Amino acid sequence: MEYLREVLTQQVAGYDQLPEVLQIFLPMLLACLLCLGLVALVPLVAIWGERKVSAHMQDRLGPMRVGGWHGWAQTIADGVKLLLKEDIIPAQADRLLFKLAPLVVFAGGFAAFVVLPFGERFIVSDLNIGVLYIAAISSLGVVGIIMAGWASNNKYALFGGMRAAAQIVSYEIPTVLAILTVVIPVGSLSMQEIVRAQSGSVFNWFIFQPVTFLAFWVVYLGTLAEVNRTPFDIPEAESELVAGYHTEYSGMRFAFFFLAEYANMFLVSALATTLFLGGWHGPGFLPGPVWFILKAVALVFVQMWLRWTLPRLRVDQLMHVSWKVLLPISFLLVLAAGTLALMQEGAP
Amino acid sequence: MSVTDIVFILTAIVTVGSAVVVVVSRSLIYSVFSLLFTFFGVAVLYVFLGADFLAGAQVLIYVGGILVLLLFGVMLTHRLYNLNLTTERFQPIAGTLIAAAVFASISLAAFKTKWKLVGEKELEPTTQQIGEAFLSSYLLPFEIASVLLLVALIGAAMLVRRRTDV
Amino acid sequence: MTLQFANVLVFLGVGALFIFVNLLIASLIRPSKYSEEKLIPYECGENPVGSPWIKFNIRFYVFALIFIIFDVEVAFLLPWAVVFKELGWIAFIEGLIFIAILVVGLAYVWAKGDLQWVRPEERYE
Repeated sequence: MEYLREVLTQQVAGYDQLPEVLQIFLPMLLACLLCLGLVALVPLVAIWGERKVSAHMQDRLGPMRVGGWHGWAQTIADGVKLLLKEDIIPAQADRLLFKLAPLVVFAGGFAAFVVLPFGERFIVSDLNIGVLYIAAISSLGVVGIIMAGWASNNKYALFGGMRAAAQIVSYEIPTVLAILTVVIPVGSLSMQEIVRAQSGSVFNWFIFQPVTFLAFWVVYLGTLAEVNRTPFDIPEAESELVAGYHTEYSGMRFAFFFLAEYANMFLVSALATTLFLGGWHGPGFLPGPVWFILKAVALVFVQMWLRWTLPRLRVDQLMHVSWKVLLPISFLLVLAAGTLALMQEGAP
Repeated sequence: MSVTDIVFILTAIVTVGSAVVVVVSRSLIYSVFSLLFTFFGVAVLYVFLGADFLAGAQVLIYVGGILVLLLFGVMLTHRLYNLNLTTERFQPIAGTLIAAAVFASISLAAFKTKWKLVGEKELEPTTQQIGEAFLSSYLLPFEIASVLLLVALIGAAMLVRRRTDV
Repeated sequence: MTLQFANVLVFLGVGALFIFVNLLIASLIRPSKYSEEKLIPYECGENPVGSPWIKFNIRFYVFALIFIIFDVEVAFLLPWAVVFKELGWIAFIEGLIFIAILVVGLAYVWAKGDLQWVRPEERYE
């Protein structure tokens, strides 16, 4: 954002004559709109991608007609369709909370983009509590999901909401503990500091170091569960809960839950990229932001791949994995990361 | 009035307003959901005080933890909608006294503390300072905190088990 | 620093505005054909029986309680991890004690079966 302000000051004539409030506020708004564009664009591509990926994994073709080349415009057509759909709020629903829920879920997921380091200078705001901020702001989504489930006045929706919330909070602890293994060697919670600590060669990336290599898998599994993807998708298990917490939502309100889900998939992949895959670092023939987005998209692809490979876990298995497998492992990893840091530094 | 002032006043209105809704709402679920805005507003106020780590921890623990716990607790309540939330006891004298005492102690704390004011000087990140304090002058409280958490964990587990027994 | 956090409010505001604008556009062009049947909760074609606000499994509450304890612990460990490199051995030993005490708690609830989603009834004796 500071960079954006510099560019504006240099390129736009008379920018420094504007009132100071505007000088500060305009870059903020611009950066925010850029992120909004990304949040709208990523699902557009990812939904089409997911349909193609799933189709080819099942030896089908997937959407082929809309737009000509491999049905690339399918998601746009779907978006227009959703825009034209009737907005139905069940008679028994709690109207206020029903309308508020998509807003809380979407705004919470979107606000997490503030700290994503797309490039050396392309970050909206490098908050020095970066990692904590992402963990904290994503908890808005949990509240929004319970809100949606409760307001719908539908058994499936409420059950889906409760399950989703229980699952997200359960996997949050091992995830954040595993992230500590990165924070210990870096000595900062800031996302940019974490990326800078991985500069130099590819082997400085945390995924290529012993303790953080294991932590990567814990974080990947944990975040997979936090975005309710297969094999952790019992909150919206179609075969038993219809569509989970957004069963009663239709038209644009449903679209926002969908948008938030895909934005969150990208967000957790970008988080894993920042923490373990060197963020925007990469060979010089491509600029940093391109590397960052490519790595994140690659991780999104793995999420889709898993969806069409693994069967769904049961609720009790899900809780078992989080509390009895991942949590002890992540405790051990934190201590191992501490030992490693002591050995490398030479104890003071 | 600067933009900062306007944002501060709006935040204060949202925080206090949603807190009032928590108290006066007749519906339990509305009380709990308006806590979301109270907790979040408090986090914004922490930012105004230059306590960035505390703001993050506030949202992480209160919105992500306490609020979810309260919601789960509400879901366990039978017959949520027709619940009569009024109490039959009415104790104006004791109530006023306790409220006055709480108000007095909070205002005393508020006036006696030397607040860091936004704009006076550039505020510094606090995470590192907190960490250093944990491991130097507040070493014992840091460890006692973990014992406290242990006691809370065992107590919570016991309580819930007793309830399922009955 | 406060200014950095202003971005968060801008994002929350713009996110909300984005939804409002989209819903507004949708409300101008979408149809609205009232029908009593559409407003019934969707249960795959059956008419709903009873209230959805059923009494939930107490396990949800138990896990939320245990979660809060560990959530607070994580909040304590974050500043600890930040200063770990500077302080070295002291930090390591302190963290070890801190984590060990909480692992005792984890072991307790584990051994007592509180981490099981489906608790066998006979254990309630």
